[in-house]
Amino acid sequence: MSITTTIGEIVRGDASVFPPYLYEAYRSTVRRAPRLPLVEVPLTLSELTGPGPAVSEITPEDADLTRNAGTGGEAVGQRIIVTGRVLDERGAPVPHALVEVWQANAAGRYVHRRDQWPAPLDPHFLGIGRCRTNARGEYRFVTVRPGAYPWGNHPNAWRPAHIHFSLFGPAWGARLVTQMYFADDPLHALDPIFNAVPTEDARRRLVAAYAHDVTEPSWALGWRWDVVLAGEVATPFEPARGADPRGGAA
Amino acid sequence: MTARAATPGLTGSQTVGPFFHDCLMRADARRDVLAPGGTPGTRIRVEGRVLDGDGVGVEDAMLEVWQADHLGRYHHPADPRVGPLLDQSMEGAFTGFGRVATDAAGRFELTTVKPGAVPFDAAVDGTRAQAPHLNLAVFARGLLNHLFTRVYFDDEAANADDPVLALVPAGRRGTLVAQLVEGRASEPAVDRAYRFDVVLQGSDAAAETVFFDVPGAASRG
Repeated sequence: MSITTTIGEIVRGDASVFPPYLYEAYRSTVRRAPRLPLVEVPLTLSELTGPGPAVSEITPEDADLTRNAGTGGEAVGQRIIVTGRVLDERGAPVPHALVEVWQANAAGRYVHRRDQWPAPLDPHFLGIGRCRTNARGEYRFVTVRPGAYPWGNHPNAWRPAHIHFSLFGPAWGARLVTQMYFADDPLHALDPIFNAVPTEDARRRLVAAYAHDVTEPSWALGWRWDVVLAGEVATPFEPARGADPRGGAA
Repeated sequence: MTARAATPGLTGSQTVGPFFHDCLMRADARRDVLAPGGTPGTRIRVEGRVLDGDGVGVEDAMLEVWQADHLGRYHHPADPRVGPLLDQSMEGAFTGFGRVATDAAGRFELTTVKPGAVPFDAAVDGTRAQAPHLNLAVFARGLLNHLFTRVYFDDEAANADDPVLALVPAGRRGTLVAQLVEGRASEPAVDRAYRFDVVLQGSDAAAETVFFDVPGAASRG
């Protein structure tokens, strides 16, 4: 850990895994971190339930970021497959979980109107995708490897290559928004957002591994990354009657 | 499930960053209207701002809502009173999920139906009830982990007996209560409008919104 900084004491969840709200090296935390202790709430139906998640119909094209811009063309960059499992705290797969992703293009540029870094935009790449995990808790995206990009946090600051993930687990308390990184990136040690995760073990779990068994010959390199959500898959109080309660097919 | 490998470690949280809108706010993922027209219940609007420690509006925050229906039922299999879920891919069905982003001034606005009282005890036949509330998750650039809070309503007498509000220091409870706004011309039409600000960081204890820690399975042994 190469970053020396002021670290606050207020953390939500396991303090060996989840970043503190105040991590001064990441400047945006300084005026946005709560100062007062969190109030522990007991687990009630409000926390044990959660959105299904309720989104509109998802199509297979949504999971192919190289071709989902609607232009008929293909995104520029190194084509990759990113796949893995979504598990609960007990290690059980979370089926039919909504996974939403967004990322910069191969040059490190977001389509987002507030990204002013003058790296080229790619007309064939929106950098957004989504899918649901299948019955075994597996998700899979086809995309291009995102580029690193500079940001204004400190002199010569660069974000390592990363893909933003948003996940809905079995309950409200399992909600997770995180970022997936790529192994062998020299920028990890220099990045305060990555390093705000407090332990080496937990930081390592944010890094996808190259997976040759995922790589497809003459087509795309494979990366594997599993996500473990807090809580456990709820057991309905009554035997399930009828279809998958979360709707949607994987 | 049968035998499983050793319990895996949890995946840590990272900030949503400033660039989430194209993905999370796309037309069919945004949910600033949680209850389509015709949803039973009192139609309400909740409007407010997300503010930082300088009192400045947070222009890149996202709020998600999870709430019960007007009868206090969560549309989820863990709620014993619901049974099989509605088909959530059905256009126009009330699910209880909302998602909205703040504007350049940190403002947000949600339209929904007021939830009913929900049971406090996770047990099926719990006797204690919780006052009507929205569960709120707050995401933003600069928040390395999202914040959980709740929105109660100041015109609900049940707040006085709410077992979760009772866990909050008395001087801070007000930060969890949305204020009824009287006499507002409303568009889209709602029965009642409320104001609720999320103060991420306060200058004093009365100002900062109360945020909750929600235990996971590990805490239940």
